Amino acid sequence: MHTIAWLILGLPLLSATCIHLGFKRNQGLSTIIATSSALITLILSLVLLGNGKDTSTAFTWVGAMGEHFKGIEIGLRIDQLSRGMLIVVTGVGFLVHLFSLTYMKDDRAKARYFCGLSLFMFSMTGIVLASNFIMMFIFWELVGLSSYLLIGHWYQKPSAADASKKAFLTNRIGDFGFMIGILMLWGITGTVTFSELELWSATPAPFNATFLGIALLCVFAGAVGKSAQAPLHVWLPDAMEGPTPVSALIHAATMVAAGVYMLARFFTSVDLEIIAFAPQTIAWIGGVTSLLAALMATQQDDIKKILAYSTLSQLGYMVMAVGLLNAQAGVFHLFTHAWFKALLFLGSGAVIYACHHEQNIWKMGGLRKKMPLTFLTFTIGTLALMGFPLTAGFFSKEQILEAALHQSTPLFVIATIVATLTTFYMGRLLLVAFLGENRSENSHHAKEVGALMLIPLVTLSVLAIISGYPFVASALSPLYEQVGFHFGPAFWASLTALVVGGGFAFTFYRNAETDPLKDKKIALVFRNKFYVDELYAQIVRFGQDCVAAIVHFIDELLIGGLIVGGCSRAAEGIGKLFGRLQSGNLHGYATLFGLGVILLIYITVFVP
Amino acid sequence: MASLNDYLLVSGLLFAIGLAGVIIRSNIIVIFMCLELMLAAASLTLVAFSRFNVSSNGLPDYDGQVFVFFIITVAAAEVAVGLAIIVALYRARQTINVEDLTSMRG
Repeated sequence: MHTIAWLILGLPLLSATCIHLGFKRNQGLSTIIATSSALITLILSLVLLGNGKDTSTAFTWVGAMGEHFKGIEIGLRIDQLSRGMLIVVTGVGFLVHLFSLTYMKDDRAKARYFCGLSLFMFSMTGIVLASNFIMMFIFWELVGLSSYLLIGHWYQKPSAADASKKAFLTNRIGDFGFMIGILMLWGITGTVTFSELELWSATPAPFNATFLGIALLCVFAGAVGKSAQAPLHVWLPDAMEGPTPVSALIHAATMVAAGVYMLARFFTSVDLEIIAFAPQTIAWIGGVTSLLAALMATQQDDIKKILAYSTLSQLGYMVMAVGLLNAQAGVFHLFTHAWFKALLFLGSGAVIYACHHEQNIWKMGGLRKKMPLTFLTFTIGTLALMGFPLTAGFFSKEQILEAALHQSTPLFVIATIVATLTTFYMGRLLLVAFLGENRSENSHHAKEVGALMLIPLVTLSVLAIISGYPFVASALSPLYEQVGFHFGPAFWASLTALVVGGGFAFTFYRNAETDPLKDKKIALVFRNKFYVDELYAQIVRFGQDCVAAIVHFIDELLIGGLIVGGCSRAAEGIGKLFGRLQSGNLHGYATLFGLGVILLIYITVFVP
Repeated sequence: MASLNDYLLVSGLLFAIGLAGVIIRSNIIVIFMCLELMLAAASLTLVAFSRFNVSSNGLPDYDGQVFVFFIITVAAAEVAVGLAIIVALYRARQTINVEDLTSMRG
């Protein structure tokens, strides 16, 4: 059992090390190593799932010192949550490796790419299996690193290099909060290990509830960064500069869900009834993010950007569900979302590949006839994302709406609006990109992609349908809790959202040549992402100006004026003073000499 | 017979005249002569002290007078050097007026 778990963690690291140190020159061998390591970890994860026993293993990394510091462990925790999440990570991971074989076929730095993927798989399994917050934080930073490397894979493009930097720096802000949160939590509970947190929560020592709430919010800041919640959401759309399979794996299915996973881990360990304000804040941040992102998604033209904003919006959904103290619903949505969003991204990857790296949906069109299988799988993914009845998304979205309905009416309204908008922008994407007529040369010459790309698409589309059904979900999904289905307000709300959103999309975008809403003022705001990027640029510029002014003041006045300049001026002044004595006038010298002599005589004679 | 005080008074007067001349006059040769005057005043003091410092055997202490001989000799050499410098200065600047010689001004 434990060996398998350590193997799952270690194999991708081994693969990354081998590729990086040994086989970088040998592109073919590198891809084989990385892909087979992904396949083996998937099989091992399935074995772990089949075994189904909760266990944990650990070794001491930093020994105990004194009575308050109990030491830090590197440990693996295997329970329903981590087993299910492992399936998501290794499953999507393997399919993405498979897809990349074709997608990155002509890339010259294939070895570096697959090395990055392996490193990411290692870091992500580390987060999933981590038994304590410190270890999770280490792997948390590692996924940040591998995300940085993979976004910037085409570093020759300035936009990709900028995007990777932006992603890394934005994540740093959140991670800083995360670290403070972990330390505060450590201070309150005296432990960072999840199992010990559970024990502490069962019989808590007296503590300050507000303090714990703030600690929770600080920990949540880490999730805000990694899961791209407002106000740190700006990096995710830019991260689409990376290769599309990377977007599917990291920026749709797994890494961005790490925040939700971590929150679920936390919320299932600690009883949070007493500090209601913190989960409520979390729920509202999630709700607001999902609404803003859905609004922004309605006016994007880049196929990947639309999906990126949709990811933001769905992550907001999950965070909202976790904040509403229904981690089961959030994680269930994470599980289904991982499959259908990976499907959508890989589908868009296939489209982009077929259209010779054209990403603007207005330059596609008519792809339904050119790529029928891709179209079919993409449609399934879209339906699942919309929450169409009997697809996976329907079940998980239903649970979230249900949770919102019971806890907070305003959030339920927001969730319903978001569901409507989701249907609207996904309908727009489908109608514009796949239906209608070819609108450019690239889409005219598009043809169906090869089998290696279709296998992941078909597999994922099957999962996008069946992963929501109880018989699959109860086996695979992390933290699944079967909820009796009933035709309540949540069902009708989601159905209305589907009909209204779909209807609007159909009216506006059926056979549309350009976006009919393009010139509306409000559309311009959505298109420009509520000017958040511009606002941040202004804030950064203003902050830099302030710091620059302070530094300038110190440099000019204190250092230049007082210290360096002061020394030189003092020397100069004293020199001038004595220079005045050097009059060059013999009479002056003689007078001084005379006075000196008189003074000497006076001193020798009259001073006792 | 004149007392030590008289000698010292004369010597002080001579020195004061010399110093005044050095300070006031601007002709360098006059200044030079005034310097010699001050030197003479110092010599006079030495001689006077020597004459009035009588030791136990009734003879004055001649050390001071020997010293004065040295001063006179050295002064003669000094005058030779000093005048040579003044001549060289005049050749270079065509002036022996100290007010015109201010190139050392700081």
